[in-house]
Amino acid sequence: MVPLSHFLLLGAVLFSLGVAGIVLNRRNIIVLLMCVELMLLAVNTNFIAFSRYLDDVAGQIFVFFILTVAAAEAAIGLAILVLLFRNRGTIDVAVMDELKG
Amino acid sequence: MPGVYLTIVLAPLIAAIVIGLLGHIIGRTASHWLAILGVGLACVLSFWVFKYHVIDGAPIYDAPLYIWGEVAGITFQVGFLVDTLTALMIMVVTFVSLMVHIYTVGYMQGDPGYQRFFCYIALFTFSMLMLVMSNNFLQLFFGWEAVGVVSYLLIGFWFKKDTAVFANLKAFIVNRVGDFGFILGLAAILAYCGSFTYSEVFANVPALADSGMTLPIAGVEWSVITVICILLFIGAMGKSAQVPLHVWLPDSMEGPTPISALIHAATMVTAGVFMVARMSPIFEYSDMALNFVIIIGGVTALFMGLVGIVQNDIKRIIAYSTLSQLGYMMVAVGISAYAAGIFHLFTHAFFKALLFLGAGSVIIAMHHDQDIRNMGNLRKYMPITYVCMLIGSLALIGFPFFSGYYSKDAIIEAAHASTAWAAPFGYWTVLLGVLVTSLYTFRLLFVVFHGKERMRDELRRDLREPRAVVWVPLILLAIPSAIVGGFFIGPMLFDSHTILGQSLFVLPKNDVLFQLAPHYHGAIEFAIHGLTGLPFWFGVAGIVITWLFYVRYPAVPAKIQSHMKWIYHVLINKYGFDEFNQAVFARGGRGLGYALWQFGDVKIIDGALVNGSAHFVGRCALILRRLQSGYLYHYALMMLLGLLVFLLWFTLLR
Amino acid sequence: MTGQALIFYTFAAVAIFSALMVITVQNAVRAVLFLVLAFVATAGVWLLMEAEFLAIILVLVYVGAVMVLFLFVVMMLDFTGATQKGPLRYLRPSMLLGVGLALGVVFLLFTVIGPKQFTIMDYPSPAARGADYNDVAHLGMVMYTDYVLAFIAAGCLLLVAMVAAISLAYRGHRAKRQRPSDQVKVKASDRIRLVKMSPGSRG
Repeated sequence: MVPLSHFLLLGAVLFSLGVAGIVLNRRNIIVLLMCVELMLLAVNTNFIAFSRYLDDVAGQIFVFFILTVAAAEAAIGLAILVLLFRNRGTIDVAVMDELKG
Repeated sequence: MPGVYLTIVLAPLIAAIVIGLLGHIIGRTASHWLAILGVGLACVLSFWVFKYHVIDGAPIYDAPLYIWGEVAGITFQVGFLVDTLTALMIMVVTFVSLMVHIYTVGYMQGDPGYQRFFCYIALFTFSMLMLVMSNNFLQLFFGWEAVGVVSYLLIGFWFKKDTAVFANLKAFIVNRVGDFGFILGLAAILAYCGSFTYSEVFANVPALADSGMTLPIAGVEWSVITVICILLFIGAMGKSAQVPLHVWLPDSMEGPTPISALIHAATMVTAGVFMVARMSPIFEYSDMALNFVIIIGGVTALFMGLVGIVQNDIKRIIAYSTLSQLGYMMVAVGISAYAAGIFHLFTHAFFKALLFLGAGSVIIAMHHDQDIRNMGNLRKYMPITYVCMLIGSLALIGFPFFSGYYSKDAIIEAAHASTAWAAPFGYWTVLLGVLVTSLYTFRLLFVVFHGKERMRDELRRDLREPRAVVWVPLILLAIPSAIVGGFFIGPMLFDSHTILGQSLFVLPKNDVLFQLAPHYHGAIEFAIHGLTGLPFWFGVAGIVITWLFYVRYPAVPAKIQSHMKWIYHVLINKYGFDEFNQAVFARGGRGLGYALWQFGDVKIIDGALVNGSAHFVGRCALILRRLQSGYLYHYALMMLLGLLVFLLWFTLLR
Repeated sequence: MTGQALIFYTFAAVAIFSALMVITVQNAVRAVLFLVLAFVATAGVWLLMEAEFLAIILVLVYVGAVMVLFLFVVMMLDFTGATQKGPLRYLRPSMLLGVGLALGVVFLLFTVIGPKQFTIMDYPSPAARGADYNDVAHLGMVMYTDYVLAFIAAGCLLLVAMVAAISLAYRGHRAKRQRPSDQVKVKASDRIRLVKMSPGSRG
């Protein structure tokens, strides 16, 4: 059987890739959203691994709820994205600096 | 009885409120009738109270009417203390006030502020009555401040005149100086006696007589009683215009003449004398305070009279005379002859009000020209005013048989007999003061009513006696000015049971009037005895000198003036008090204020604290705003950096 | 290497590769498709951990619905301006910092989840469950009893999210639409207007 740490390493790598994607990405917000999904996937993987190795179903319940919230977040995020594009004609991350001090 | 006392106080107040609020609706005639009726009712009831307390010998009434506050066992109350002193005072106040009210109808005729004026003087009567009828220090202070406010309002009655506005500000500010001392005195009383009520405080005083306190100044041990008395007397110096807080009184003549008569001669300015007399149970235990009173009173009596000699404004001459007479009263209370001080207050109220109203009558006739150099020989045109003024002047200089003689001579005799260490100073100042009084009084009389007619021709054709409302009060005041002294000297000063005996407290060692009593054999004897005394001859000398200088040889005064220039300068500049105050206090205060404004406010508070902190925040924000790039990924980066730091903390450093 | 391990490493490799592609490819459509691939590979890993229900959910709901939504949005919006630029054209010192940061995070995660911190190596590998084990029933038993309130809250959250998404994106009645009543009521004067002109003004 594959040891627990390998699952966790997989999660860590996926999470780091998500983070790197957020920081590196200069193209559009939709990729940012996708990177967030990737990070959530990594977290879920960790939950499921612990759930399996500790034999506790609560971890899976958590994943279930995280999926729910992630779906809601994706829906609203995309809605905002559409609105943003409609109003500004672009979703380029580099030009969105309204909060610049 | 409380109902009667309350009516005396409230009748003028109600009149004032109604006139003040509805004056323009009810009109001028209704306003003055309302005020006269209110004060007239108070006056009638005051006479009745005087009869009830003095002649029928009713017991002292001392009770709180209304307690409006209570803190830590100290009650704040409205209450009346009515004894013979109060009865005498309210009689004088309401009588003079009534005369002035009637006179005002003529004097203020046609003035746009007619109703306002009646509102103020009715309010003044109320305030003064509250002051003299109080049975506790707080109400005394209320009355004290209320008369001050009304005085302020009335000096600046013609508020479009710059000089009037300056004068009322000056009066107000100088009185604040006195009131500062007064309020400190009240605080000391509260601290040491734990009560504001007269009776409780007076009961505590003998126990306090030997206790001392250390003041921050010089660290010398002071007697508590002395400190309290001197602080209270500083208040009296402000209100009664004693040197060096006298400077406001001559300037207060900017107000209408009835006010000068009522407030700045007969009643309010005597509040200080009344207060010291009322506080006799306290002052008696402090020799030092009494001597202080004598010195201040003596200085005021002599030197302010001297200034009066060189003045040319008819009202200012009488104002300096008032200062001088107030000095006499202060000397009297200082030598523990409180009854003599009050007696002089009593007679002075009549003849000084008379002189002022007479001056007002002249001013009306002269179309509001107050310079005596433009008058002359007015007795031909205004005989009633002349006779009344003559009676007032004779009373003022203390000519035998006139009321002023009895009170003034009693003061001089008492000062002579007193054993206080400052009493000789007091005696000589009041004695020389008689000569000075006579000089300025008859200078005024001769210049105005005798000699050449110096007024312009068109004015001369118009000269005549004013309306009856003006001269009737003159006559009504002239009668008591002439005779009241002889009637009251015995009962007030020398009888075995004097009128004021129950109100005043005099230690046996200080009781000069009691020592003089064996030598008193009736009013007429007293007057005849006076004919051989120094004061009488000083007075006569004054009359003769002024007659020579101003009637017989009118060129002489100018010569003297040019030969004794420096004395004239000192006097015309009033010893430089005004200049000194202007240079030191006014300019110093402004300088201090300017320095605090420029340095404390602008530099420190505005510059460093308010704008400084804003600039600091702004500068910090200028640096910190670079962190706010607005780019989403920068924020994410910062979050991660934070996460990294925490992870480092938990893993590597733990 | 057992079969299980082989399957795990295969799926893991695919997932990591696709995740890498998600953040590097320039075409957004391709990025979404690679993300789908990463989800599917991860679903395989989940199956290996006997979380069958969640694996199916991930593929059905996530890949089938959410990712399709992503794809739909990407295709609906015109990203031409944004998609042309590759990541290298943005290369700046801050990007190196990001890379370093990511490596730091990875290093830390390795440290945190390493044996030193949790003694994870000590966890015994659980025995495989029997063929009659019903994951869905087991999950359902817990979810509808212990976590019922959270479940209801999650349902409410979805409803709110739906309302929010619609209200955000809804543009109102702007589409062209037939109104039969107007068509019936129309009159000749609404269609044509006769204008009188003076002869002289004719060009």
